[in-house]
Amino acid sequence: MSEPAIIVRNLSKRYRLGVIGRNTLRDEMIYRWHKLLGRDPAQHMGKVTTRKPVPVAATAAEDDPNSFWAIRDVSFEIQHGEVIGIVGRNGAGKSTLLKILTRITQPTSGEADINGRVGSLLEVGTGFHPEFTGRENIYMNGTILGMKKREIDRRFDEIVAFAEIEQFLDTPVKRYSSGMYVRLAFAVAAHLESEILLVDEVLAVGDTSFQKKCLGKMGEVARKGRTVLFVSHNMAAIRNLCQKTILVVDGRTTGPLETTEAMRKYLRGALKETGQWINPMAHEPGRRTIEKIEISQHGNVARETLISEPITFSFVLSDTARQQPCLVGLMITNSEGVIVHHSLDIYDPTSEKTLSTGNREAVIPPHALAPGEYTLSCSLGHPQESVWDSLPEVLRWNVIGDCPRMMQFPAHLWKGAAGPGMVTWTHLQDDNK
Amino acid sequence: MSGSEAQVYRTRIRADQPWWKIDWHEILEYRDLIWLLVQRDFASVYKQTVLGPLWFVVQPLATTVVFTVVFGRIAQIGTDGIPPFVFYMSGTVLWNYFAGCMNGASNSLIGNASLFQKVYFPRLIISISQVFSQLLYFLFNMAVFLSFYFYYLFLTDARIHPSWWILALPLLVAQSAIVGTGVGLWLSALTVKYRDLRFMMAFLTQLWMYATPIIYPASKIPERWRWWISLNPMASVVEFNRFAFFGVASLTKSEFLCGVASGIFLLVTGVLVFNRVQRNFVDTV
Repeated sequence: MSEPAIIVRNLSKRYRLGVIGRNTLRDEMIYRWHKLLGRDPAQHMGKVTTRKPVPVAATAAEDDPNSFWAIRDVSFEIQHGEVIGIVGRNGAGKSTLLKILTRITQPTSGEADINGRVGSLLEVGTGFHPEFTGRENIYMNGTILGMKKREIDRRFDEIVAFAEIEQFLDTPVKRYSSGMYVRLAFAVAAHLESEILLVDEVLAVGDTSFQKKCLGKMGEVARKGRTVLFVSHNMAAIRNLCQKTILVVDGRTTGPLETTEAMRKYLRGALKETGQWINPMAHEPGRRTIEKIEISQHGNVARETLISEPITFSFVLSDTARQQPCLVGLMITNSEGVIVHHSLDIYDPTSEKTLSTGNREAVIPPHALAPGEYTLSCSLGHPQESVWDSLPEVLRWNVIGDCPRMMQFPAHLWKGAAGPGMVTWTHLQDDNK
Repeated sequence: MSGSEAQVYRTRIRADQPWWKIDWHEILEYRDLIWLLVQRDFASVYKQTVLGPLWFVVQPLATTVVFTVVFGRIAQIGTDGIPPFVFYMSGTVLWNYFAGCMNGASNSLIGNASLFQKVYFPRLIISISQVFSQLLYFLFNMAVFLSFYFYYLFLTDARIHPSWWILALPLLVAQSAIVGTGVGLWLSALTVKYRDLRFMMAFLTQLWMYATPIIYPASKIPERWRWWISLNPMASVVEFNRFAFFGVASLTKSEFLCGVASGIFLLVTGVLVFNRVQRNFVDTV
């Protein structure tokens, strides 16, 4: 098979943001009436309803301010047997791309060819009926996903075993625990016999051991030489499963690139504009404060940082503050509001620092913070005076667990406020030998 | 994979798909789904009810009793000399099938929007499965009707003259499905844009029922309204059915053919309009 599995050529999809309210029969009639009288209906109706975006024809004006391109001029090719990750921020167009490829919606322009049977998994448990038993739902869900009845017959035992619901096979799924429900749903989808699998973020469900099993299954699917397109926010999962990755930024794609390269690009571009905080009050005359704070990694200002690399905070002080000896403090709070860390620039246990002047820099060593979202608060002042300025929650950033070993424990289930690097483990020799 | 399964699947995604193009082969590929949807519809109706499948018998009986009392006894609308009980039932049996198909199809897009947003399968499948699951209810209805029919035919001296046209019943059933699905598909496509229609559905169905000779014989229709019979495809279906079972009817050949033609027209246009709307409808719901 020399033909690529997926060929996408100049695919675009445009949505309109607001439309003139013609969503009810009444509006349509008023619209027609004004048209009939030769008036401009928009003026007379006056009502602009903002609802969910609707698609517009490709012929609409290019620079129409009321529309936006969810996907713009996307082209790429994927060969048979490749496992490709798709990364991008929320709203970048990943899901729209997947929805077009799964034919849930049509593109505004462009085309795509898929050679091979397609299975898609955009949500677990699509079409489950609560009144029906697990057995009935396996068949229902399987056929909705495009399987034939005899294919399900053939893999039925495998599905049941994978979902671990043997005893509950003839119980209505409404009596299932949510864990059982999700396990069953994933099990059906994981056993699709399609050559090409399109998967959206679906692994963020179930308990840890089940997630591990799902990722294992995905890896198995990949090794069997099937083509997989995998959208995920779980960087570790993408690193582990995908040789290549497509990067989606503002509706345009780059790649497929080598996953490590795509990852680097993604993280670098992820939040150049907001890994930095500039104090709007800094230029008030005589104000002693911090003018600018940046979070960076490898010299790149970023809002997303990798756990495996040191994270640097730099504090640029305002002109008046910079010339006087002072203390700078920082406080890091996690997404649950727990203060993970609090320190002042003179309290470095390894040196005998005294109050100093000038800008500061602080470094978090690798693996010190657990993956997750953190908020940075700062303050500065002098021990003999009151606090000069306090800057609560000025920056928020993410620590991403990119370490391949973390695969075994998905990022959001990584326990504890501090990272695994807080403790150093040593393997001791057995003295009895 | 065995030989028969080594089929080459290809998906072509185009922005400018012609509006008349429908992939029938694909629908055939999903036949197992159609069958499961039929089973699901059927089973979910009586799950957790006391009477269970008995409802399929109780429902048509209750309606007929109401019709007999209200229209036969109180309003005293004639029935062309046919025993009122079987007269009403002969009309409702096909009408209910038609209305079932119409309702199923008209709700197929909006009612399954959350499903269609997450997975693709040919969206006509829902309407097709409705035709078959409604057929099951129809068979229950028909069995009830036939038992009363035979009672009146053999055990009473009611004026009933069955004709060989009874054998054409499957064609009448098909015509009901064609008209119901055709109109239903039109409605489902329009409902995507105009939600108002959803609230008008029940009213429209009822209005149409009274405009069809179900509670009155077609012979009662004044001459100047007679053209309506040829325009309303369900009128000719119901009237033909009465003719086949009771040998009494006022229906001309041209009226019947007109009904058939308008039914087919409704289905063909309905499928095309539906096909055009379903492509992008998930973006608007």
